[in-house]
Amino acid sequence: MALISEGRFVEDSWRRLADEEALPKTGGVIVSLPRLEHALEVLGTESALGVIVPNTTEPSSLIQALPRLQLISISFPAFSDGRGFSLARLLRRAGFKGELRASGRLVADQYSHAVGSGFDTIEIPEDLAERQDEEQWRAALNVYAMSYQRGYTGRGSILEARRRAVRS
Amino acid sequence: MTAVDLRVAQRPNAPVTTYRYDEYDAAFVRERVAEFREQVRRRLSGALTEEEFRPFRLMNGLYLQLHAYMLRVAIPYGTLTARQMRRLADIADRWDKGYGHFTTRQNLQYNWPKLVDTPDILEALADVEMHAIQTSGNCIRNVTADHLAGVAPDEIEDPRPTAEFLRQWSSLHPEFSFLPRKFKIAVTGAEHDRAAIMVHDVGLRILRNERGEIGYQVVVGGGLGRSPFVGKIVGDFVPREDLLAFLEAIMRVYNRFGRRDNKYKARIKILVHEKGIDEIRAAVEAEFAAMDRSVFSHDPAEFERIASFFAPPPYETLPAASSALRAAKLEMPAFANFVDVNVSAHKMPGYAIVTVSLKPIGGIPGDATSEQMRVLADASERFGFGELRVSHEQNIILPHVKQDDLFALWRLLEPADLATANAGLVSDIISCPGLDYCSLATARSIPIAQAISKRFADMSRQRRIGKLGIKISGCINACGHHHVGAIGILGLEKKGQESYQITLGGDPTFSASIGEILGPGVTAEQVPDVIEHLVDFYLAEREEGEAFIDTWRRIGHVRFKDVLRREGEDGADI
Repeated sequence: MALISEGRFVEDSWRRLADEEALPKTGGVIVSLPRLEHALEVLGTESALGVIVPNTTEPSSLIQALPRLQLISISFPAFSDGRGFSLARLLRRAGFKGELRASGRLVADQYSHAVGSGFDTIEIPEDLAERQDEEQWRAALNVYAMSYQRGYTGRGSILEARRRAVRS
Repeated sequence: MTAVDLRVAQRPNAPVTTYRYDEYDAAFVRERVAEFREQVRRRLSGALTEEEFRPFRLMNGLYLQLHAYMLRVAIPYGTLTARQMRRLADIADRWDKGYGHFTTRQNLQYNWPKLVDTPDILEALADVEMHAIQTSGNCIRNVTADHLAGVAPDEIEDPRPTAEFLRQWSSLHPEFSFLPRKFKIAVTGAEHDRAAIMVHDVGLRILRNERGEIGYQVVVGGGLGRSPFVGKIVGDFVPREDLLAFLEAIMRVYNRFGRRDNKYKARIKILVHEKGIDEIRAAVEAEFAAMDRSVFSHDPAEFERIASFFAPPPYETLPAASSALRAAKLEMPAFANFVDVNVSAHKMPGYAIVTVSLKPIGGIPGDATSEQMRVLADASERFGFGELRVSHEQNIILPHVKQDDLFALWRLLEPADLATANAGLVSDIISCPGLDYCSLATARSIPIAQAISKRFADMSRQRRIGKLGIKISGCINACGHHHVGAIGILGLEKKGQESYQITLGGDPTFSASIGEILGPGVTAEQVPDVIEHLVDFYLAEREEGEAFIDTWRRIGHVRFKDVLRREGEDGADI
């Protein structure tokens, strides 16, 4: 897997824990949703913990765990399945401040949608990363100077810019 | 000078009656073109597979059709300037085969562009403040509106500022660009619905309450296609300052819960149908209550900025009736027919609304040649403040013509084959492109429309029949809106043969209804006979001034079925 952060391919400091693997005491792993409850019980509050969730997850089911989680990875079963964008937005609204990761076959052309909806990082399979190199991901972040929507992160809002222009 | 004044000053001969881009809009559209140019390059280099490229080309209006690519250009809320119409003509000449096709969603389609040319075409559109953004794909599509916006006598408020407001909000939305399926919004601000809001994913009806405040009745879950539904009210009166927040709530509910397991069940109409409108309303209201609405709190000022562009043109003070018009009608019966059928009342005394029919007898519904587009641009500049509209009936409207000028206008239109006096009549047929162009189609549509049109070529007979909407689709996706035609025709394929299913009683207005199937399908050759029998039966049965659908509602579907059965016994194999 390749990890993209701020337009660059970076080393992943997290490790995805396979379901049959024992939970390391030090944390620093991403567990699947069914193992989350157990991991929260076993690990101390000082160990870093992440979870990967399906894009159909009801945000309220994660509310209790949010303060303990440093990372939430939302899986995209297909790049054209946009449910993850809404889930990301709802998790941000619920107050999640940690790393939000989109995991799946997302293409570079969706990068600004992901960032706009609240994602920090994108995790894609190697074969996709070979076709869509770092340059394409970086370029995708800089296509648009501003966006029409307000309240979405990543770019300046055209509406705000218009208001500033009227004031000055 | 304010920014608005400056724009007027730059175009001394044309008043501002439609939205004009500011630097941000212009930059955005240029960026979109640059992005698409790069996407095409990356597709050709192999960085993007066809599967990955597909949603991005669709969101730029580019389809892969039966014979070639098709580019669908957005004409937001159906309003065009003369300059824009000329540019559409130039593009048709340079990159297509010299014509374009106006669609039922106020778009224009080019049927023969090459993939490598499309970035240049988009660039040429951007020059005149146009684009092809979100005319296709699983996103919020080009927002449509009443084509008589701003000029209809029954209007509460011009729906176009709302439509433009929504165009901007929905453009490249970070969260709502990968929806379960396409999402179409239509707006009307009048007492009569000419935008078919009841059969859209979301329909907005502008209302004024007792306190004089403007709000929106929000209808959700209407749609045609293989499972037609009339929309249901999800918001009785949403105040303007809440409109975007309310729509975001609807979109979020749909994006999360709309079905993605079956593309034929993915539209919001199926979600509304399966969950029930009460559950959907509760979900939308809960989301609306939970969201941070402060981000929308400054929108009223932005709305006013947009609305300022849609000011009425500088009308002259005129008498209500024109003596020149009356004299010309007496002198020239053909012109009189044109006025009686294609000209309708304007809210300003002495002015008229002219429908230019793109349905010449035996022609292809909605097609216009580049020459015709230029004639229309000239006509709008000479007689109509340089403004044109596209109607969902696939005709062109000149929204503000002085009654005194109607005769001169008619003389300009007539030699260009643009004076067919059939607006709203039986030969003013809505039709999808069908099997002649479309890869989804199961049967031909255009030749059926042509055959019916020829059958009723006698214009005096058409006028005797009166207003009658025939709508034809070449497959169950229903792009020709057959479900809401007073007479609907659906082309199917049965055992390798084209088979046409007739429906009666469809209605696209506030009193919306889905047409009922008349009986077994008929062959392409039989369609004109069947339509003729139905029309003759209607003429025999109708009461004074009664429209086809009203006769049908009064005497019932069975009576119409009986007619066909009798006809069948007489030899026609129905």
